[in-house]
Amino acid sequence: MSATHADPHRLGHGARSLGGGIPSKRIVVGYGFWIFLLSDIIMFSAFFASYAVLSNATAGGPSGKQLFDLTNVGIETMCLLLSSFTCGLAGIGARKESNLMFQASMAATFVLGAVFLALEIREFAGLVAQGAGPARSAFLTAFFTLVGCHGLHVTAGLMWLLTMMAQVFAKGYRPDILRRVMCFSLFWHALDIIWVALFSVVYLIGVSQ
Amino acid sequence: MLGKLSWAAVPFDQPIPMAASAVVACVMFGVLAWVVLKGHLPYLWNEWITSVDHKRIGVMYCLLAMVMLLRGFTDAIMMRSQQALAFHSPGYLPPEHYDQIFSAHGTLMIFFVAMPFIIGLMNFVVPLQLGIRDVAFPTLNSVGFWLTASGALLVNISLVVGEFSRATWLPYPPLSELAYSPGVGVDYYCWAIQISGVGTLLSGVNLVTTVLKMHAPGMTYLRMPMFCWTTLAANLLIVAAFPILTATLAMLLLDRYLGFHFFTNEAGGNMMMFVNLIWAWGHPEVYILILPAFGIYSEVISTFSGKPLFGYRSMVIATMAICILAFMVWLHHFFTMGAGADVNAFFGIMTTIIAVPTGVKIFNWLFTMFAGRVVFSTALLWSLGFMVTFVVGGMTGVLLAVPPADFVLHNSLFLVAHFHNVLIGGMLFGCFAGYTYWFPKAFGFRLHEGLGKAAFWCWTIGFYVAFMPLYVLGLEGMTRRMQHYDVPEWRPWVLLAAVGAVIIMAGIILQITQLVVSIRHREELRDDTGDPWNGRSLEWATASPPPAFNFAVLPTISSEEAYWDLKQRAIQQSLLSPEPSYDDVEMPRNSPTGFICAFFATMMGFALIWHIWWLVGVAFVGAFATFVVFAWRDHDEYVIPVETVARIDRANRAARTKVLSRMRAAR
Amino acid sequence: MTARPGRSDDARARWRQVHETGRYVAVLSVLFLSSCKPAVLDPRGPVSLANETILLDSLVIMLAIVVPTIIATLGFAWWFRASNTKAAYWPTWAYSGQLELIVWSIPLMVIILLGGVIWIGSHELDPATPLASSTRPLEVQVVSLDWKWLFIYPEQHIASVNQLVVPAGVPIHFSLTSASVMNAFFIPQLGSMIYTMNGMTTHLNLLADAPGDFMGLSSDYSGDGFSGMHFAVHAETAEAFNAWVKATQADGPSLNRQTYPDLATQSIDTKPFTYRSAEPGLFRAITSRELPPGPGPRSGRPDSSVSPRTER
Repeated sequence: MSATHADPHRLGHGARSLGGGIPSKRIVVGYGFWIFLLSDIIMFSAFFASYAVLSNATAGGPSGKQLFDLTNVGIETMCLLLSSFTCGLAGIGARKESNLMFQASMAATFVLGAVFLALEIREFAGLVAQGAGPARSAFLTAFFTLVGCHGLHVTAGLMWLLTMMAQVFAKGYRPDILRRVMCFSLFWHALDIIWVALFSVVYLIGVSQ
Repeated sequence: MLGKLSWAAVPFDQPIPMAASAVVACVMFGVLAWVVLKGHLPYLWNEWITSVDHKRIGVMYCLLAMVMLLRGFTDAIMMRSQQALAFHSPGYLPPEHYDQIFSAHGTLMIFFVAMPFIIGLMNFVVPLQLGIRDVAFPTLNSVGFWLTASGALLVNISLVVGEFSRATWLPYPPLSELAYSPGVGVDYYCWAIQISGVGTLLSGVNLVTTVLKMHAPGMTYLRMPMFCWTTLAANLLIVAAFPILTATLAMLLLDRYLGFHFFTNEAGGNMMMFVNLIWAWGHPEVYILILPAFGIYSEVISTFSGKPLFGYRSMVIATMAICILAFMVWLHHFFTMGAGADVNAFFGIMTTIIAVPTGVKIFNWLFTMFAGRVVFSTALLWSLGFMVTFVVGGMTGVLLAVPPADFVLHNSLFLVAHFHNVLIGGMLFGCFAGYTYWFPKAFGFRLHEGLGKAAFWCWTIGFYVAFMPLYVLGLEGMTRRMQHYDVPEWRPWVLLAAVGAVIIMAGIILQITQLVVSIRHREELRDDTGDPWNGRSLEWATASPPPAFNFAVLPTISSEEAYWDLKQRAIQQSLLSPEPSYDDVEMPRNSPTGFICAFFATMMGFALIWHIWWLVGVAFVGAFATFVVFAWRDHDEYVIPVETVARIDRANRAARTKVLSRMRAAR
Repeated sequence: MTARPGRSDDARARWRQVHETGRYVAVLSVLFLSSCKPAVLDPRGPVSLANETILLDSLVIMLAIVVPTIIATLGFAWWFRASNTKAAYWPTWAYSGQLELIVWSIPLMVIILLGGVIWIGSHELDPATPLASSTRPLEVQVVSLDWKWLFIYPEQHIASVNQLVVPAGVPIHFSLTSASVMNAFFIPQLGSMIYTMNGMTTHLNLLADAPGDFMGLSSDYSGDGFSGMHFAVHAETAEAFNAWVKATQADGPSLNRQTYPDLATQSIDTKPFTYRSAEPGLFRAITSRELPPGPGPRSGRPDSSVSPRTER
């Protein structure tokens, strides 16, 4: 199965030494997904830029210093970092074709991601309740959009995660499914990297100002 | 239940959109009825709509572009006739209608004519030139196309249901904010562009991966044809720039839908941020359009001069230089913001620097023709027309990049003339050249040369008559987007420009005639050899039209002009290379994923525009379910048995052997 | 040429010379068929004269390379046509180091030259830089409204709508903002345009050499009433200007926080009129958003005078 899947053009390995030729499907898919992730990061950078421009436009409303609660954000960060670790474990499980390891790690990843999301939603709800919703000022607009966009990505990631668990459960460790697991874990780690930037730029700098 | 939607959304009181949409509806239903009654529906569904073949998708992209060109050109004719009439008079289009027309004209021409045309040609040609069987992600490719079509559909729905944006093709806030544009027009614009933008991004990811990772054995980067290089550059720009557009329009939508304050006049919003962000996408966008066109000219001029492209390495360096510089010049779109002398001077100089690699390209094409045997085919005529026209457009572009000159020319018809000069004379001529050049590859017969040349002359003369007056009008201080005016000096030039538009219309009619005539006389125009122009790159090694798998056996490349060298060897030895050993070929299976995704995307876009929230939910669930179902299937490839592969390839070899023997006889 | 500080007389003379030849060549190249000169090439003030000079200089520099390129394109294509047996044919000639060097250096040199023009021009003609003059500049505050122009004369305490009266020979310092959407303020014969944006102030310095009437307009699309958003510019002698100020102060409505909202509502093709008095600090109140931005369409749609289609 894997040989035909990996090499539809039937080039074998000799072809690559000619300095061209088609690499394995795993490499092509991973490469393409990387490029997609880069474009996603560029999208985030546009939101980061808008946050940087608007971070002082509080229009008489509350500033980040008054609003941010680093404990809550700290727990969120721990959840997400830990979930990257369990996501890595799931990758090893998939490679070993160990059902227990894969499914348990994915489930743990899901729980950690869901906790992160719940905490974020609680934070948002709290802000809106005290009259600091996104329509209050341009600063809050940019804050909610930047953090919310990351939250939406996490939500999409969780839906993808469940789909992958179901696919592995129903179809086993087929090469195409393994490729998707690989892409998922790339995605999940990228979200982590973005969160680290977000945590530093929005929360740490916001509180210190 | 239906949100803001009601019968009142249909402009029954407006004869022009009603008549126009009636015509469009008649044509659409006529075609649909013909397809169904003639029993073509299964063929259309199996061979085209669900196809993941890059050649089919490429053709569909081009077809979409041509149909939208007709719509966009109709807008252009209406604008020119309105301005011709509206001297000391309101003309026949009231402002709220006229404003929709120029907004729709710009949106359609950039997003649904220029983009699909260029992406279609890249899709069709690049895998053939690289000597591979398909792109990196065939199904994704299909999704990308159908999402683009979905965006085009939404723009056209706005003709009948509701209204289109009146805030120009780049909706600057605060005009595009809810406070000043409360209608659904801006929402139509935003959602159409968001949906097609996602499609473009997917297409970009696909083509970047294809060009960087998928090559026939021996096809190193520096052996790729020029068109592949420009495709790479353009798609890198897509991947890097389109996310910015998505983010920017998302911000505008959040302002409009949820009362956010990114760009509003209230609560600290900053509208200049929109202008900066949108041009951070918008300037790379013009290079996304022009770079592939440069690639087409490189192929065409080299082929019809009977010589390799002059200064290949210079061309590669120039292309990649433009690719990088494209991100450093966006501020030249708003020198008049008052940013200060240093900022303006910096961006002005950066902009003019782009003229260096562009100039190098022009000179290299010049030296490609030098000491060549130039065959004046239609494709070459478009290229020559381009070279002459584009240097004028480039020159006026550099003029606009000089801040003090821009201070009196910005936003005037001089600017309009400039970007039409580079977009028509640069990009569109390139698309037409590519269309003429690769048409026989796609369909197995050439386009009628005489009618093609007539169309070329109408377009070129029409272009000069239509747009040179706009340069003068710009110098006379006439600003763009005027619904009426009362300056007598402007009148004669406006009338002359309208005449130009009519000449261009004659060109378009000739092109339609050319297509019809060519299809009817296809047997006389048939190309059996697969190589009608004596081409130099690998696409001409395949049969016309190429089989689904493109190459029975992937060619092994050992030089820059893979096919040319192969051909020369065969001519010298009067013999084809020995028959390869064939094998089964695995190809990706067709999939309706793209079409169904686009169906739900259109539904979601429409529901969001009209605030029909339950339908948004339905569409979202539908789209997600489509992906899950697609991911669930077990077989995504099918096998073409070795006998079929051998039979098809032997036919191609037989045709070429016949050519060889004919050559031998001639000698 | 504009009399700006920091430029020697020598250089000025040289520019003047280049400018004269440049103008001649460019005038020919643009192919003037109409009897009167286009507004941008018919400058009536130092700023527009300098704009025009730089425009034509840059054009001439580029024509020097563009014209030969066009001729070469057509010439090469024609001479090396397939049917011309006299033409050389080098089927494999695709590289020449020396030629490539030339190919890169010609545009590079042109751009270096042009880069100098851009750098100097951008600094000399920065709209915010005051014009060198012995006369004290006249202050005018400009507010773009939907869809008309408001000119406030803070020192004279008067204001006018869609009509700008200025003394000739006196530099004018404009402070500009927008009450609602973005516009651009442009008087082609006096030079440089500039954006007007809500919540921001831009600056522009212009001067009319001699008395005359000019066209002024908005050069940035701002909505349905945009095409009617032009204004008449009258440059008057000092005496005539003073007389106009006196006459204006004598008659007409007055502009203050109470009457301003009325003016700010959307209207098109507004006839020019003047305000007898203008409340001090009004401009600042607009830019600081102390006064709310101009309202959009009254009923979710443009006013019926603009758009016959009503709210749906």
